[in-house]
Amino acid sequence: MITLALNILDIVQNSISAMATEIAVEVTESAAVDLMKITVKDNGRGMSQDLLSRVTDPFVTTRKTRRIGLGIPLLKYHANLAGGDLEIQSGEGIGTTLSATLKLQHPDRQPLGDLAGMMTILMTANPGIDFLYTHKTDMGEYCFSSREVMEYLGITDFSDVSLLTDIREMMNNNLEDIGASGFNGE
Amino acid sequence: MSQIKSLADLRKKREEIKAEMDTRIKAIDPENHVQIKVAMATCGIAAGAKEIMEFFVEQLDRRNIQGVVTQTGCMGYCYAEPTVEITLPGREPVVYGFVDLKRADQIIEKYIKEGELIDGIIPVNYETIDSKE
Repeated sequence: MITLALNILDIVQNSISAMATEIAVEVTESAAVDLMKITVKDNGRGMSQDLLSRVTDPFVTTRKTRRIGLGIPLLKYHANLAGGDLEIQSGEGIGTTLSATLKLQHPDRQPLGDLAGMMTILMTANPGIDFLYTHKTDMGEYCFSSREVMEYLGITDFSDVSLLTDIREMMNNNLEDIGASGFNGE
Repeated sequence: MSQIKSLADLRKKREEIKAEMDTRIKAIDPENHVQIKVAMATCGIAAGAKEIMEFFVEQLDRRNIQGVVTQTGCMGYCYAEPTVEITLPGREPVVYGFVDLKRADQIIEKYIKEGELIDGIIPVNYETIDSKE
């Protein structure tokens, strides 16, 4: 994983496997307090306290193809590397909230990467899930909701490629406006 | 058209495009469409599955091929990521490994368009993560 966006893409796969119907991704960056915070919140089936306590262990996974699961440990590693940490709250039947904090200016903090591309990939592949994206900076806030776009345009999926390109452009334009570091894949 | 910033801009652009070509058939014929599943677990993503998926979505449209691109979990072929499962209409699924942009292009041109098998096939005795449990 070379960008945080790819890490988020991976973490969201956990929410998808947990049968979530709403997944909210939030990225906050503040130069004032030297903080970057990434939160992925879902309404999936959640984890038991036992699983929750072991989930950052790379040798813990719920899948059966093999006995390792690296998504969460990798993000934790990258957060630790950048002077931060990873925290998960979960309840069975309630959902899971995962947040990673990183020092914004830390030299080992990964670049955010292609956030808009990450969101459009998720939307194309999972038309049944509502994705919410929020990006906050010292200059402002941008919110994007896949359900809102669907309702506004009267569509039921995101199979139209030119629409995806436009959505990417729209997100990138708005991210640029609030001085976000992860627009246009940078 | 100026910059797209809001949903209203997005809709305006849609209407412009619609006016240009409203004859395009958008309904997917299940008998006749290709199913592409890109493995997108940690291993796939780290190996570049995001770019591969974007490529398939974009190129199917550009080359006018009816198909659906979705993502799937890890199929247990982490060494061969990015892996892509292609199901042609009425055929058994075929899994290709080590898919870079060049191989993805070959898959579209040779396998999807002409049904001709190309290098990089992973032997068939696999189960997808969805079929387990």
